[in-house]
Amino acid sequence: MTMKASSRQVDGVTIVDLSGRITLGEGSVVLRDTVKDLSTQGQKKILLNLGNVTYIDSSGIGELVSAYTSVRNSGGELKLLNLTKKVHDLLQITKLYTVFDIQDDEASAISAFNR
Amino acid sequence: MNGTRVSYTLESSLASVNKAEQAAGEVAAKSGFDVDECGRIALAVREATVNAVLHGNRYDPNKRVIVSFDTTASTLTVAVRDEGPGLDPATLPDPLAPENLLKQSGRGIFLIRAFMDEIHIRTLSPGTEITMIKFVRGSGRDGNKEANQ
Repeated sequence: MTMKASSRQVDGVTIVDLSGRITLGEGSVVLRDTVKDLSTQGQKKILLNLGNVTYIDSSGIGELVSAYTSVRNSGGELKLLNLTKKVHDLLQITKLYTVFDIQDDEASAISAFNR
Repeated sequence: MNGTRVSYTLESSLASVNKAEQAAGEVAAKSGFDVDECGRIALAVREATVNAVLHGNRYDPNKRVIVSFDTTASTLTVAVRDEGPGLDPATLPDPLAPENLLKQSGRGIFLIRAFMDEIHIRTLSPGTEITMIKFVRGSGRDGNKEANQ
């Protein structure tokens, strides 16, 4: 299954709903291009909804890290929403769970941006 | 259960990575691993095959990746071999070190070590072979988790 990304705006936050696999190749490229486009458009508050991400490999993890650092370096914020157990476990093993701001609820995540 | 061996000779392509991952999941399921373990084994094999295709053979169409699965009643052993310049495990950075935590790459071998019970990296001439072993739960060997090179 390839990865799909669609964006929507809620209270000034850009929510990117991702589904499928974030792996070396197409999945990583879709994520990279999506975040790059949002940054180019000047979006500073980006929430990646990973609820329908079924699989992620080390390349996908690297792409999440890259998205996080590029958004932060341009003065923005990037948070993660709705991690599946697989993604949660991978971020915990790689100690990235403490790096990302991870949210379980969309409304709370939006509030966290606007505090 | 008698031992079985399956081997695939693959092109240096992303399609091969997906094929190796899928085969690993199927072999692991037949070996009696549960769904979560099958997923971890498949990911470890995917990472090893990515290394072989990307860093080893560097997508060279003239070079092949060989992925083999050996199963016994107590173990699943997967070997991934490339024809690249060779990998020195001593040069691999620790992805958990603070200075590496936000690096984009360098987590593949780390994840293999996390998900498999043993890993051995052997330099060939040319190439690298990564051998990964997972013990079947209840076989009496599954508590013996350690990582070697």
